Amino acid sequence: MSDPTRTYLDFERPIAELDAKIEELEGVMARNGEDGPDLGDEIAKLRQKSSDQLQALYAKLDPWRKTLVARHPERPHLKDYYKHLIEDFEELCGDRRFSNDDAIIGGLGRFRGRSVVVLGHEKGHDVQTRIKHNFGMARPEGYRKAIRLMDMAEQYDLPVLTFVDTSGAYPGIGAEERGQSEAIARSTERCLTLGTPMISVVTGEGGSGGAIALAAANAVLMLEHSIYSVISPEGCASILWRDSARAKDAATAMKVSAQDLLQLKIIDAIIPEPVGGAHRNPQEAIRRVGDQMEQSLSQFEGLSPVQIRQRRRERFLSIGRSLLNG
Amino acid sequence: MNWLSRLTTPGVARMFDKRDTPENLWIKCPISGEMVFHKDLEAGQHVTPAGHHMRIGPDARFKYTFDKEWSEIAIPEVAKDPLKFKDDKPYPHRLAAARKKTGREDAMAIAVGQIQGVETTVLVQDFAFMGGSLGMAAGEAFIKACDEAVERRTPLVVFTAAGGARMQEGALSLMQMPRTTLGIQSLRDHKLPYIVVLTDPTTGGVTASYAMLGDVHIAEPGALIGFAGPRVIEQTIREKLPEGFQRSEYLLDKGMVDKVVHRKDLPKTLGNILRVMLKRPKANIAVKTAEPSEA
Repeated sequence: MSDPTRTYLDFERPIAELDAKIEELEGVMARNGEDGPDLGDEIAKLRQKSSDQLQALYAKLDPWRKTLVARHPERPHLKDYYKHLIEDFEELCGDRRFSNDDAIIGGLGRFRGRSVVVLGHEKGHDVQTRIKHNFGMARPEGYRKAIRLMDMAEQYDLPVLTFVDTSGAYPGIGAEERGQSEAIARSTERCLTLGTPMISVVTGEGGSGGAIALAAANAVLMLEHSIYSVISPEGCASILWRDSARAKDAATAMKVSAQDLLQLKIIDAIIPEPVGGAHRNPQEAIRRVGDQMEQSLSQFEGLSPVQIRQRRRERFLSIGRSLLNG
Repeated sequence: MNWLSRLTTPGVARMFDKRDTPENLWIKCPISGEMVFHKDLEAGQHVTPAGHHMRIGPDARFKYTFDKEWSEIAIPEVAKDPLKFKDDKPYPHRLAAARKKTGREDAMAIAVGQIQGVETTVLVQDFAFMGGSLGMAAGEAFIKACDEAVERRTPLVVFTAAGGARMQEGALSLMQMPRTTLGIQSLRDHKLPYIVVLTDPTTGGVTASYAMLGDVHIAEPGALIGFAGPRVIEQTIREKLPEGFQRSEYLLDKGMVDKVVHRKDLPKTLGNILRVMLKRPKANIAVKTAEPSEA
């Protein structure tokens, strides 16, 4: 069934047109009732066409289109993952130093029977919530809250699950003043010293240091159409060509897709999305994320803190080295 | 290329080329606008009379930092252009140009020598090499410096200078943030002091990783130090930034660095801090008895 509230991306126009046509025919049928011509066959044909085109389109998204899908406003957000994957979730707020940053939300909960600490970026889904969550761009307090919760995970021997979706850490005067760099560096360091398993999944955008601060994990997963990069494609384009409009070229050149990152051995696994992207079937996408996280987590359960740290260390040190002789 | 190079043999042309460097003889001080003769600038450790600390490369830095000789340690080889990155020029061409310009393999150089009599591993980041950017080579060099320090049981002093990560290596450069942090963990595990000297400029992924994880942070006066560059912040908040924002003195005021130290005082400060941390006797006794390193 086509959804009139759906946000179509520019490159999805052929699909949008087909879906509009289907809707129109359905409207005609509903109005005319039994007296009108039977449009059922026609509608079925169009549905098939729409579905085929969607599948074909998403099977070969270029890096820029993936960037657009990764940023899609209807893509499942942190609150959706928490709602469906984390039972008895209790949000824990504040860095105990300055304030609470809603760009990073974390707390305690149960993931498929295990007690866990969860952390992630929340971008918000409408004007009001986007402002509240600062579009998922964390300030130092967000990273310091993350450090605090990782300390707690260590203390109570709880695994840490993180959901990464940020265009990057917030570039502002206050953030700089309160040590944005130090906060990110310490958060990354805290991930690496953690004696309990940590599993991260990039669900949308993995933007630079703001992402790595929550993703220096034992296993790093990515949704099929998510991106992970050292700088936003726009930022890269504005530096290289002094023209942020060339973001498409930058996305291609930087190899930001999950498929590229798996090949470069930067991530451990790709989680396939439902046809047409996670936003077309959020429940299914979330379930798949949960399945892969559970599988990854099980690989580290039963290991000692020393082994867990050592495995994480080896994981990161081998990145890039494997490409030297390959 | 000019008419001379077309008319003469390469040898003769090169002879004329070498003389043809008048633009390097006088350097303009960015603070006062004063023209400073290059020999005077060198004599003053590349600090202008008005106090502006000019950017310097590894050779000058090693010279100003170590008591006497030092021995350089080669930086590890890394995979070449794994992304096949191309903007206006292919990445390997940019690398080749930077190598030619600086005479070095990448943006970092490692050396071992004595600072006020303390055997120390020193890592210098070179802004002249593609903006000092942190890519795989710089990341591996950093880890190598940590490993050397652990093996030799020396402290590590890092002079940072970088715009940030090297975009041409994409997420592989981003991964140098956790990777370098792992190097620092080795130092911590062995209780070896890790001191960061922040020099102009230190921003982006470099500040957000090893530059802000020192036991002690020292900044050279007037250095730009921050996470986001001033231009990015201005574009985001659409306001002019306050005077002195993200400069060393500002970071000192905000509690992000321990000290702002003039370049000529750095060896003494570093030596003093290291000697106390390592429970060594005062420097004036030790320096006199220090043996020259066997470089």
